[in-house]
Amino acid sequence: MPPFSTASEIAARVRSGDLKAVDVLEQHLARIDARETEIHAFNLVIADAARQQAGAVDAIVAAGGDPGPLAGVPVALKDNMCTRGVPTTCSSKILAGWKPPYDGTVVSLLQRAGAVAIGKTNLDEFAMGSSTENSAFGPTRNPLDTDLVPGGSSGGSAAAVAAGFAPLSFGSDTGGSIRQPAALCGVVGVKPTYGRVSRYGLVAFASSLDQIGPFTHTVADAALALQVVCGHDPHDSTSIAEPLPDYSALLERGVEGLRVGRITDLPAGADPDVAERIEQAFDALAAAGATIVDVEVPAFTYGLTAYYIIAPAEASSNLARYDGVRYGLRVDAPDTHAMYSATRAAGFGDEVKRRILLGTYALSAGYYDAYYGKALRIRRLMADDFAKAYAQADVLLTPSSPSVAFPFGSKTADPFAMYLCDTYTIPANLTGEPGMSVPFGTGQNDLPVGVQVLAPALGEPVMLQVAAELERAATNLAVGSAS
Amino acid sequence: MTDTRWTHDGYEMVVGLEVHVELATKTKLFSASPNRFGDEPNTNIDPVTLGLPGALPVLNKYAVELAMRIGLALNCTVQPCTFARKNYFYPDMPTSYQISQYEDPLNVDGWLDLPDGSRVGIERAHMEQDAGKSTHVGGGEGRVHGAEHSLIDLNRAGVPLVEIVSRPDIRSPEQARAYVNELRAILLAIGASDAKMEEGSMRVDANVSVRRPGAELGTRCEIKNVNSVRSVGRAIEYEAKRQILMLEAGESIRQQTRHWDEGDGRTHTLRDKEDADDYRYFLEPDLVPVAPSAEWIEEVRASLPVLPAVRRARLAEAAGLAADSEAVGAIIDRGQDDYAFTVQAAGGDIGRAVVHMKEAFAEMGAEPTLPAADLAGLTTLEIEGKLTATQAKTVLGELIERGGGDAAAVAAEKGFEAMDTSELESMVDDAIAAQPDAWEKFRGGEAKAMGALVGHIMKASRGQADGKLVTQILNARK
Repeated sequence: MPPFSTASEIAARVRSGDLKAVDVLEQHLARIDARETEIHAFNLVIADAARQQAGAVDAIVAAGGDPGPLAGVPVALKDNMCTRGVPTTCSSKILAGWKPPYDGTVVSLLQRAGAVAIGKTNLDEFAMGSSTENSAFGPTRNPLDTDLVPGGSSGGSAAAVAAGFAPLSFGSDTGGSIRQPAALCGVVGVKPTYGRVSRYGLVAFASSLDQIGPFTHTVADAALALQVVCGHDPHDSTSIAEPLPDYSALLERGVEGLRVGRITDLPAGADPDVAERIEQAFDALAAAGATIVDVEVPAFTYGLTAYYIIAPAEASSNLARYDGVRYGLRVDAPDTHAMYSATRAAGFGDEVKRRILLGTYALSAGYYDAYYGKALRIRRLMADDFAKAYAQADVLLTPSSPSVAFPFGSKTADPFAMYLCDTYTIPANLTGEPGMSVPFGTGQNDLPVGVQVLAPALGEPVMLQVAAELERAATNLAVGSAS
Repeated sequence: MTDTRWTHDGYEMVVGLEVHVELATKTKLFSASPNRFGDEPNTNIDPVTLGLPGALPVLNKYAVELAMRIGLALNCTVQPCTFARKNYFYPDMPTSYQISQYEDPLNVDGWLDLPDGSRVGIERAHMEQDAGKSTHVGGGEGRVHGAEHSLIDLNRAGVPLVEIVSRPDIRSPEQARAYVNELRAILLAIGASDAKMEEGSMRVDANVSVRRPGAELGTRCEIKNVNSVRSVGRAIEYEAKRQILMLEAGESIRQQTRHWDEGDGRTHTLRDKEDADDYRYFLEPDLVPVAPSAEWIEEVRASLPVLPAVRRARLAEAAGLAADSEAVGAIIDRGQDDYAFTVQAAGGDIGRAVVHMKEAFAEMGAEPTLPAADLAGLTTLEIEGKLTATQAKTVLGELIERGGGDAAAVAAEKGFEAMDTSELESMVDDAIAAQPDAWEKFRGGEAKAMGALVGHIMKASRGQADGKLVTQILNARK
């Protein structure tokens, strides 16, 4: 069990009056004080606002009320989630200093559930990257080994939980940006079904792929967090109207009778230490009564290619609004077009520019069919292939990341090497289906390995059920390298 | 159908119109900000309108309903539709893309019948959002070039528009004007838009090309900034002649977007086709497809009022006039046709009523202040020959002033009594004696010469003679 209190414990004790939210907060702020300089999980810590919010939570309890299921739980928010009056930068110079005049839906839901927002976490600029090295404000370091990246793009949120800065944080996952850093930091990370969590107030990277989700120490905390943030939002037209299940209901049920799929044509590329832990995960589930079934997902291999057309295409359009006219950075120039160019040249980092160029090209007249059109066809194939796999299996298991956490600079010279980090996570974004990473032992250098559990659309309950079993099994694994 | 085909030096014009209309919704197409003209700049805004990071569009259902009304009134097929992003940078477009319908518009394949009997095909009528408004200040005469700075008002940004794209079926300036007028009448009748060209809630772009009749379509130019019905006709006539001159000079037409200048009455190059933006359309991922149910479509169809063309035909038939006559057109535009039928129901003559209403009711709306029975009484006197047309007009003026009354009583007050035929006959004698030349010409077949004779009689009778009767007598004597 983790060295830090879980969100579930904190909320239960605060609600019962056994623990004060302000004390919980001070404890976490003290940890931030101790290690934040070294780790740089946050772009901004809002200690004063958090103290006020925690005080309000305590006041509700003192008055005999219930502040909600996340009463007094400190929560860190990826800095691409709009927070009213609090700078929201996307770790980009182009948005430096911009304060949204509104709260995103998830931010409002968390506040209503009694959570205490403590700060905005670092990310790869506009969520483009897999190491948080693309932040305009400097990288985040992995709390488990500060010579290593925390993964990305939600590296700040993953690190915040791993470092004990907050028991709960939120990130966004467009191609693996929750699951991969969760794996690299040894925490639980969930990308819910597309449309299950409102995107209203999430600064868009690739609108058809983006989804907000939690980082936690435990699967039970993830279920608790999902219960709060999932649900229909009239402000998001892509939001799903289906009623919410009880995400905690199946956690203790075990996996007896469940069919767990092994993808036989999964793209190669996982390091041996990671591959071995995945095998042990299958074994553990089999030992707990699950049936392991072989399935094929032929389109899986093409996911990365399709993703690097679709995501940049949408990004090229989504990021066009940063033109210096209304908010954020403006670099003055003699005429409007020169101002656009100067502003965008100064405001965006290299990776963002690279993807805007890629996406603009892919959508251009004469190239659309060859690139964007073809990528959309792969996306449909992918959905068909997964549908067939889920006819045979309740969930699928893969690595979350091909490797454990890697050193700074080891992939920055080669963008494609960095893109390969998302090989196993991207397909779930293309299909809109849920996926999560759960820590399962360690690999090379005692670094955590994450197992990815994939499920069909709205299959969060069975996904969490299997993840909970893996969590129990992981406590029985030998500490140290899996060899 | 009247052949109003325009030709010039053996060429004909081929014109298609793209008409943008702002929908009469309370709120914007994708947000809850008011859709209201004339407010303080930048007051009808919100995160969606401003294109703030993280804001998402939510489709206004009533806008879809109004767009369907337009489609159904234009005989279109209403179909499942999608939204796309049209990407381009412009300071008054906050997201740097316009949400529009590209591949699957809501309404397709309709037509619009014009009063002259011609039919113009409608290719599509799709939904999209409007942009904000830029005002260029200091130098540059309101154009961006040479301006010191620009002011942006985003009140209009996100206002729902329907773009109605006609097929290239228009062949004359008159037909183009008739199309715009008829479309406007329909939009008003169905309550979809206030369709005010002067406020920009209805905007017309014209695609103009020329060709020898029967030849392949020529290269077209798109004319922007056509801000009144009158300039629609002027702009396309100018543009067609410009293209013909170029072709006759051995030059070829380049596909261009051109700007109509109301001041100098010319079109000017805005940009060549090769300079046009590549809009990089793709499906708008923040919205979902819209598939109006058959029930919804039928509900909207059933709620449509009787359209102007049908009302015009009904009134024209009842009044014994042509459907494209000015009187019928004017009364339909004012929505006074129900009133005219009430006059008929009250025993009046609807033909005479329509003729009087054209002039006398010009300032009145759909519910004229004069009781229909009083106008009925007046037309009866006229039909019975108890009042001449001129006398009736005077009596009507008096009745309107008084807010109603008995026409016979007013006529009596005015001392109007119909002249009998013998009195008229002697006046005709006098006229012939006074105007022997005119009489000879008239007998010789010059119909125009009748004017002088009738004029003489009218003058002598101080306008009280019945013109129709005088004409009959003159013709009988010839």
